[in-house]
Amino acid sequence: MSRDEIREGLSDILEEVAGVNPDDVAEDKSFTDDLDVDSLAMVEVVVAAEEKFGVKIPDDEVANLKTVGDAVSYIEKG
Amino acid sequence: MTEVVVTGLGATTPLGGDVASTWEALVAGKSGVGALEAEWAQELPVRIAAQLAVEPSEVLPRVRLRRLDRSEQIALIAAQQAWDDAGLSDDLDRERLGVVFGSGIGGALTLLEQDDILEEKGPRRVSPFTVPMLMPNGPAAVVGLEYRAQAGVHAPTSACATSAEAISWAADMIRIGRADVAIAGGAEAVIGGLPMAGFASMKAMSTRNDDPERASRPWDRGRDGFVMGEGAGALVLERREHAEARGATIYAVVAGSGLTSDGFDIVQPDPECNGGGRAMRAAIEQAGIDPKSVGHVNAHATSTPVGDMAEVKGVKREIGEHVVLTGTKSMTGHLLGGAGAVESIATILAIHDGVIPPTINLDDPDPELVLDVAANEARKMDLDAAMNTGFGFGGHNAAVLFTKP
Repeated sequence: MSRDEIREGLSDILEEVAGVNPDDVAEDKSFTDDLDVDSLAMVEVVVAAEEKFGVKIPDDEVANLKTVGDAVSYIEKG
Repeated sequence: MTEVVVTGLGATTPLGGDVASTWEALVAGKSGVGALEAEWAQELPVRIAAQLAVEPSEVLPRVRLRRLDRSEQIALIAAQQAWDDAGLSDDLDRERLGVVFGSGIGGALTLLEQDDILEEKGPRRVSPFTVPMLMPNGPAAVVGLEYRAQAGVHAPTSACATSAEAISWAADMIRIGRADVAIAGGAEAVIGGLPMAGFASMKAMSTRNDDPERASRPWDRGRDGFVMGEGAGALVLERREHAEARGATIYAVVAGSGLTSDGFDIVQPDPECNGGGRAMRAAIEQAGIDPKSVGHVNAHATSTPVGDMAEVKGVKREIGEHVVLTGTKSMTGHLLGGAGAVESIATILAIHDGVIPPTINLDDPDPELVLDVAANEARKMDLDAAMNTGFGFGGHNAAVLFTKP
């Protein structure tokens, strides 16, 4: 799966669980500062991403996923 | 003494998505009760309920809906209407704004839904919003947050007396000077398998499954229990000087209220309505009016064999034989924690419009019904004062007395 495809998948999740406008989703955007995804919403995003991309994102790792690009890279590594 | 007035009303009920449509249907004598078509209901002994006329999903944005239990969704909808109706300005001092908003059961549907997820998919899939969705103070907290209320956000929980009690506490909050404005009300949305089965096991609900619209029939000889409903009501209460200073429209005065407890039984009403009667008397005494001037009572009247008649005794003893009763649960079903707020709105509008909504399905009155009821047709009547009562499992009694502004 390409980085663009992963980003689009994340964008769908962000829209569904947190109401984020897909036009705002870019790799350099911070989940909390730019996209208004708070800590509880982030839990939902992570669970949905695990399901969609078939990866495991441990709780310890979530703190390192500050931007959309961080998440894309983590998922890309699988 | 500080006078407390009502300046805003909001509701979403089985009869309509707002106060105007609900009131129109109440006066017209329409039933909001229908058959439950969902699969989960088909094995239940009770397969009827009064479901919301307008789904919250038609009103609130999708992401908002995801994070709120259904009871919180409708609390918010009712409060938004009441707030807009009151016309309060954005510069209201939020440290002088309080909320008293209750629910009888809280987020039971969320609890059950998330428990299914826990069982089927494991703990990681349980929503991080589970706790704020199921906590019984959730509706109060959501309303308080929406309007940044900082004088105190409170959540009385007294089963079916909840939102009549909430109005009483909110009025007290203003009287003792802790707030200038308070949003009071209640919400309930527990039409689901477990709550329905629980009430059915108590034999508290009507099993007239083949004739839903005729199932809720307070004071009728054929009554066989209450009909579960879902809905929310909200009232903006305000210190009179505060309301007058901003030129607000005043619907009614919260002239008095009474809160008592039976000390009798966990679910059975006291057949003499001693505790309920004391609540009525306390409301009248606080208002300082002659009981004869109370022309109307919107009664608790759930359509259960014992409760309906006990209340008649209480009203007759404490208010008198002149009073005209009605039981609007005949149309809305029993909104549990939302009942007192929605019925108080009906009581206020009865004073405001000079018309008492009917008690439908009262075809064959119980011989013990010794008071006049607006049976089957609305009754035009000029009212100076009218009361709403609410009694809840646990022996909680509330009476709220409203007068003309």
